Amino acid sequence: MIEMHGIHKSYQTGDQSLHVLKGVDMQVREGELVSIMGSSGSGKSTLLNILGILDSYDSGSYLLAGQQVGKLGETEAARLRNKLLGFVFQSFNLLPFKNATENVALPLYYQGVGRKERNYRAEQYLDLVGLADRKSFMPNQLSGGQKQRVAIARALVHKPKVILADEPTGALDSVTTHEIMALIKDIHRRGNTIIVVTHEQDVANMTQRQILLKDGQVTSGAVSAPGAIEAVG
Amino acid sequence: MLDGLQEILFTLRQNKLRTLLTAFGVFWGIFMLVLLLGAGRGMQNGVYEDFGSDVLDFIIVWTGTTTTAYHGMPPGRAIRLTLDDIEAVRQQVSGIRLLSAERFVPDGGTMSYHGKNSNAQVLGVPDDYFKVKEDVPFNFGRKPNPLDQDEIRKVVVIGTTVAERLFAKDEDPVGKYIRVKDVEMKVVGIFYDKGGRGRNSERVLMPLTTMQKMYGDSTFTDNIWVRPAKGVDGFELEKKVLALLKRRHDVAPEDIRGIASFNMAEPMQRVTGLFIGIDVFIWFVGLGTLTAGIVGISNIMIITVKERTREIGIRKALGATPFNIVSTLLLESTLVTAFAGYVGLVVGVALLELVAFGLRSAGAKLPYFVNPSVDFKLALTALLLLVGVGVLAGLMPALRAAKITPTEAMKAG
Repeated sequence: MIEMHGIHKSYQTGDQSLHVLKGVDMQVREGELVSIMGSSGSGKSTLLNILGILDSYDSGSYLLAGQQVGKLGETEAARLRNKLLGFVFQSFNLLPFKNATENVALPLYYQGVGRKERNYRAEQYLDLVGLADRKSFMPNQLSGGQKQRVAIARALVHKPKVILADEPTGALDSVTTHEIMALIKDIHRRGNTIIVVTHEQDVANMTQRQILLKDGQVTSGAVSAPGAIEAVG
Repeated sequence: MLDGLQEILFTLRQNKLRTLLTAFGVFWGIFMLVLLLGAGRGMQNGVYEDFGSDVLDFIIVWTGTTTTAYHGMPPGRAIRLTLDDIEAVRQQVSGIRLLSAERFVPDGGTMSYHGKNSNAQVLGVPDDYFKVKEDVPFNFGRKPNPLDQDEIRKVVVIGTTVAERLFAKDEDPVGKYIRVKDVEMKVVGIFYDKGGRGRNSERVLMPLTTMQKMYGDSTFTDNIWVRPAKGVDGFELEKKVLALLKRRHDVAPEDIRGIASFNMAEPMQRVTGLFIGIDVFIWFVGLGTLTAGIVGISNIMIITVKERTREIGIRKALGATPFNIVSTLLLESTLVTAFAGYVGLVVGVALLELVAFGLRSAGAKLPYFVNPSVDFKLALTALLLLVGVGVLAGLMPALRAAKITPTEAMKAG
């Protein structure tokens, strides 16, 4: 599903150049639940941005769902994001003036799906994440765990190829963390490909494979071991 | 598209204060501009009111006694114009649209109707006279026509003041016979001439031919009215006509008493200059107000975009293209400015109409302020301009917003 080879990325700050990714190689197969681990400064946020087509890379190659993701225009990048990817963020990133259903329906709005149809589909996914009774709640009426459930529903509603979760439990207490991770595993069992970026070991332990990033390079877990997918449940 | 509009209306409702502030800035700009334009128009109308009912390009020539000796003749000669002079002018001067004699009965006239008497100026005029005075309204009856002249009919048209004096309020003068210099004459029309602050309505007009029959078959005329043809310079024409008449009557070219003239184009020129000045002033102030409105819109657009950077980031991560973002923001600002501007336009025009109505119904006569109104097309242009600039003002921050990467944007706020 994802194949990265020799990805380099550096940032220009003033006259200094910061080399963040120094030749990242990694693979994720369809239906995998993978975590990307690394301490802060290891480059995992940058890697996630490149994976999510939110940022460009300097050199290397990136194949996502059979499509070459190279230098893309903003519009093309937006289309690919909308078609292939679902995002879950640490800070939820729900629009505060829209209720749960409308938040979930947003990716469908940008696909041009009609209001009735997209609200109907959004409600289905709210049912799936266990928020059937909170459909018309505003974000500020929801707890942290509930907000993240809404965000997960939003990441699923347009049936993306890959779901990217950036520290999905970073703002949650440990009980809620386990609930959310259970939900993520449940969604994975339904056949979704999920990549979780985290710096918490016990969150990473709940995934099938851990890709360890250190100083801009993958040090272990770049490729899934044969038979690994079935191993974790 | 409809869906997008709903999305925008929803956002606007969510940000009532911001929307209201933007809307008010635009509303106020247009409102003030409309009021200013209306006040300017009111002043213009007021000044034109003072010009009476005459067309604004006439030249009138009259005579007096000479003040300079000329061709061996002493000063103090009384000059009188004749119908032959008019024929001569018609044949020898080019660029004339209309020529008309105007003859007064020397001591005015007394007229009566069923025992009521009134004094009024009595004038004998040819049919062309009513083409020179084409702006004088005949509210009842008809204007005299060429047949009245040719058949030397005993008909008159009377001014409203004369009609009020001779006839009872509920009596229709048209078709009645009044007695002028012991001759029964039929009233065929009533006119109202604002000239001389209404005193021109104390007149009785009859065909020149009829007058010649009643008061002696004289070919004299007291005044000659001239209107230049389209595109002809009135001042040049006036000079040519005067030169010809002075030659015919042996009046010195520099003698301004023997044969005198008045050209309406002259005060018109002064007034036009004044109005250009007023217009420039109004537009200066009006555009200043508009500019303030535009600056307000741009400010609020910049704040709007800043405030919504995070939202824009989220939307972009979820698949909004830069075009989605820019068009949504622009449509939002267009909608607000267009709506608020339109309301300002309507309220401004309504207020002007109200003032005009109040002035009319109270019968109040403000000096130099009559019937304030606004050129709707002009105001609409100003509105479109404002909306256009409002959109442009929104474009800069919107484009910048569309450029921020989603990750950057989501970090903000």
